[in-house]
Amino acid sequence: MSATTSPAPRRLAFAPNWPLRLALLALALYTAWASTRLGLSWERVAHGMGEGARLLGRMVPPNFARWELLVEGLLESLQIAVLASAIGIGLSLPLGVLAARNLAPWWISGPVRGVIALCRSLHYVIVAILFVKAIGFGALAGTAALVVASVGFIAKLFAEAIEEISMKQVEAIRATGAGVMKVLAYAVLPQVASRFIGFCLYQLDSNLRNSTLVGIVGAGGIGGTLFAAFKRFDYDFVAAILLAIIALIFLAEILSGRVRAALR
Amino acid sequence: MNSMTQDPVAPLRREWVRFSPAQRIARWLVWLACVAAVLWALRSIDIIPEFLADAPQQMGDMLVRMWPPDIAHYYPAVHEALIETLHIATLGTVFCFALAVPLALLAARNICTIRPLNTLAQLGLVASRSVNSLVWALLFVAIFGPGAAAGVFAIAFRSVGFVGKLLAEALEETNQGPREALRAAGASWGAEMLKGVWPQVQPAFWGIALFRWDINVRESAVLGLVGAGGIGLVLDDAINFFQWERVATVLLAILVVVVLAELVVTRIRARLI
Repeated sequence: MSATTSPAPRRLAFAPNWPLRLALLALALYTAWASTRLGLSWERVAHGMGEGARLLGRMVPPNFARWELLVEGLLESLQIAVLASAIGIGLSLPLGVLAARNLAPWWISGPVRGVIALCRSLHYVIVAILFVKAIGFGALAGTAALVVASVGFIAKLFAEAIEEISMKQVEAIRATGAGVMKVLAYAVLPQVASRFIGFCLYQLDSNLRNSTLVGIVGAGGIGGTLFAAFKRFDYDFVAAILLAIIALIFLAEILSGRVRAALR
Repeated sequence: MNSMTQDPVAPLRREWVRFSPAQRIARWLVWLACVAAVLWALRSIDIIPEFLADAPQQMGDMLVRMWPPDIAHYYPAVHEALIETLHIATLGTVFCFALAVPLALLAARNICTIRPLNTLAQLGLVASRSVNSLVWALLFVAIFGPGAAAGVFAIAFRSVGFVGKLLAEALEETNQGPREALRAAGASWGAEMLKGVWPQVQPAFWGIALFRWDINVRESAVLGLVGAGGIGLVLDDAINFFQWERVATVLLAILVVVVLAELVVTRIRARLI
């Protein structure tokens, strides 16, 4: 094999990848064109940098003098997150089963999947605005919006998890003459329970993040306090609220990490 | 041998228990904590009973007022805003890489071997992730003034944490072999990254970029609510003037774009990977 008489064809060690280069060039051109369309220019960015420095200057030091307002808002956010998760999970369990194509007939799973997709495709802040307009300001609108978001997310994951189960156990339980509820309780649920708990924890975590925000559109929680502080140019209080939110989310992340580790 | 003389079926009569008593108590405590949390939230949350009672009726009323959608309103007002939203999402995704790539390189422990720098980069990524895009938008509206520029920067800064984290994980999973070979051949650091690391993370990179773009299309649709440009502005105006037919048009437009973006992303991903 080693004795080849013909000279080896000249070959570059690293051949240029022309499609990639052209794609990158197109992306660069697009970036330049879109930036001018949106009115992004260097002067504007440079001017913004100065403004940003001034803003940061006004945010330091954070002002925790109105901590009662802060704690009240955080607690309301927490309540919204807990309630929305509980109701959302409660609704997602039956919806997930109905949307699973291996358990429900197609004329049930199809429409249910459509409802779940609709819940998922609208951003929760938009849903929150609609609820605020329809049922008034306050925590109820925020809870309702996050319930919709939770259903859109975990019902889909539930359905996917159920579609992956082994049908042998379902058949075995069915063969004993068990009804629908017993099949669900003894054949389906044991196979997916641990994954369900993981999804629920994840959703509680993201509901907590989102509940700090729905207040911006008047749906209760710390977001309302934050938006009000922004409007009044109370930037030191804004910094305090942001720090509190980040601390709360950090705490929740550590806690859910601990729970997940304990479950394993 | 001795056991044969005893009752042979005694082990079979033993009752099977799934959990030990300690496990059972722990499970009960977890359930108790869950129920207690829900009860606490239910009892102390500030919900006005009258609002709750007529909520279904009010929702139905709003939906009736939204029908039929004012399709004539779509062009040009909604169309222009929609294009602007897509520009914000795409530009935000492009710009986020300017910050995310250096931070990911610093955060990946096999690329940057200085531990304090790793921690610092991780901290930056976490901070970017824990501030929501709407809050970033509020900050950038205060800096740049209302408009699409604030939206682009909000999307970019929010995406840095997400993209940087995933990119750093992809970098840490790369094989060291090609890099060592290149280094042994006398390649510079840049060549090592470009020819030893980049080919390994390339699929992950494009996957992350597409995934984030999809999320950004959704998020940029609401930025207008705080004045950061895009279709949210049109939506906010329509809601404030109680023009529900127009609201329905805008919502339909957002829905279509979001679904299309998801379809496009899944198509490209399937071809790339």
